[in-house]
Amino acid sequence: MFTRIWTLFKARNIEFYRDRSALGWSLLFPFLVIAGFSLIFSENSQKLYKAGILKTKTADILPESHHLISHPLIQAIDISNSKRALSKLRHHQLDILLAPDTGHYWINNDSTKGTLLEEILLGGGRQTTGPFTKQVVTGELIPYVEWLFPGVLGMNMMFSALFGVGYVVVRYRKNGVLKRLSVTPVRPWEFLTAQILSRIIVMLATTGIVYGICTAIYGFTCRGSIYALFTIFLSGGLAMIALGLLLAARGNSEELAGGILNLISWPMMFLSGVWFSLEGAAPWVQTLSRAFPLTHLIEGARKVMNDGAGFHDIQWEIAILLAMAFICLTAGSLLFQWKKD
Amino acid sequence: MALIASRSPMDIPILEIQNLTKHYAEVKAVDGISFAIQRGTCFGLLGPNGAGKTTTMEVIEGIIPETFGDILYKGAPRGESFTQEVGIQLQNTELPLFLTVEETLESFRNLYTQRANKKSLIAACRLEEILKRDNRKISGGQKQRLLLAMALANDPDLIFLDEPTTGLDPQARRHLWEIVENLKKGGTTVVLTTHYMEEAQNLCDEIAIMDHGHIIATGKTNTLLDAHCKGASITLPGTSIDSGTAPLSTPWFRLSDGRISIQTEDLDATLRELVAMNIDLSRIVVSPQTLEDLFLKLTGKALRN
Repeated sequence: MFTRIWTLFKARNIEFYRDRSALGWSLLFPFLVIAGFSLIFSENSQKLYKAGILKTKTADILPESHHLISHPLIQAIDISNSKRALSKLRHHQLDILLAPDTGHYWINNDSTKGTLLEEILLGGGRQTTGPFTKQVVTGELIPYVEWLFPGVLGMNMMFSALFGVGYVVVRYRKNGVLKRLSVTPVRPWEFLTAQILSRIIVMLATTGIVYGICTAIYGFTCRGSIYALFTIFLSGGLAMIALGLLLAARGNSEELAGGILNLISWPMMFLSGVWFSLEGAAPWVQTLSRAFPLTHLIEGARKVMNDGAGFHDIQWEIAILLAMAFICLTAGSLLFQWKKD
Repeated sequence: MALIASRSPMDIPILEIQNLTKHYAEVKAVDGISFAIQRGTCFGLLGPNGAGKTTTMEVIEGIIPETFGDILYKGAPRGESFTQEVGIQLQNTELPLFLTVEETLESFRNLYTQRANKKSLIAACRLEEILKRDNRKISGGQKQRLLLAMALANDPDLIFLDEPTTGLDPQARRHLWEIVENLKKGGTTVVLTTHYMEEAQNLCDEIAIMDHGHIIATGKTNTLLDAHCKGASITLPGTSIDSGTAPLSTPWFRLSDGRISIQTEDLDATLRELVAMNIDLSRIVVSPQTLEDLFLKLTGKALRN
């Protein structure tokens, strides 16, 4: 029994290792996402609005326009051609256009951003805070890219699990490899176990490599227990592999399998909090997101990496992921077919 | 019962099929067939495409369930020993991607408790030169030899070969025949499906000819040939005989390619008859009768229609 599992495990690992495109992509994809976002959110990362500033004939600038031009959330873009600037404003490429020497400004009435910038511009001379008192959040600042990092690692694991297991099993079934195995002493659970072990090791290894490279380059840190982080990735990986096996339990159409896997992976990618928090999302969206293993994986990983959590703080996430793995694996084993009827 | 009890294990057929039936929703793929295969023989299941050969094989192999009927391996229903002791080469199996020939073979060997000697297996299937080659880079004949080696990985007592030479060039086919001959010499029981009658005549000790899910003839190959294929087979161009031609004393058939086939046990008389009918004999082909002609005689159609 163990020899058979070991044999299938080894064969699958060799296949993965020799499939250089798949191996390269699984390592490169998360790194590219992090590198891309790091670049995007570096220099002008905080700039949310664009203000066109017409070049002045003299050096005189109204003092009231200073706070708009130098506002940290507003990107001031110098423009000399007013006609082109107005065209850009019409096409929402600028949110406001200001002649800082005369005080003339233009906005597009259809642009809510423009209206907001107008408010900022007109309130520029106010000196007092009125009834409001400003408070500052204390603690270590977590850049967006660092907040994003656990999500990208989780997303890469999801694609690796669903397509690396689900799609491959369907391909094996379609080309008769499973049928051939069915007439050997190999039992379905032995085959499934070998696939799970092979993929979880591949996933943890690639995640570890990407984690190591990104922390070395970008200086990310794991504020919590590294063992807890490993455990949440392990249980999340198992849950998503089991989901992949469940989806691939039957059927031999790669096109259909690809469609189903996309149908599952895309909502999971957007509704599991990889890119943005779902705090303000509709209640049904938040409820739906709880059904995805990726949500619990990312929440647990962020707690550990960003908030410094330990095992105790993520025990629920681990328990839920292991329960999902058990349910999907049991259902997948029961539904599994070597060949299509 | 006393008779059965007195039989030594070696007298019991290695495989006994009794009233095997496989029905799909509207199709009777296999319809109540029975046969027995003795140890150390080569048994051929012959028939055209769609005759039910592969379905029969897959039911016996346990890939698809039978509708009813009995399948006895060494006198008992199939169990764990069947999967451990039987080798199977399926039709149209793809090999695992990215593995070499040697890794594939080694993987399959490791799935069994009993394993064939690796060196002997490689030598028997002539894989020495391609051992390190990626599965994706081997030819059709090499792939069939590897599939055969995989089927022999457990040093089986019984091996099923489902159309092992389909699509191979004549040389590759001859190579495979030699391997099967050697298996027979080594005492392995071989069950073979094919639609090549020449293959069956060369390799099989016993055959069963199938058509539409039924066995229409069965027996020792030589006996069947002696009984039904004593005469000659005459092939003529399609235009030689038509509905206006006077009837021949021997039956004739039109093949799928349009040619005329005449089966005769008295070649001289038939040739004289054709000459008397002023039929153009310039493109006549005369050959000894084969199992192909027997099938034609039994069903009125050629095997590879």
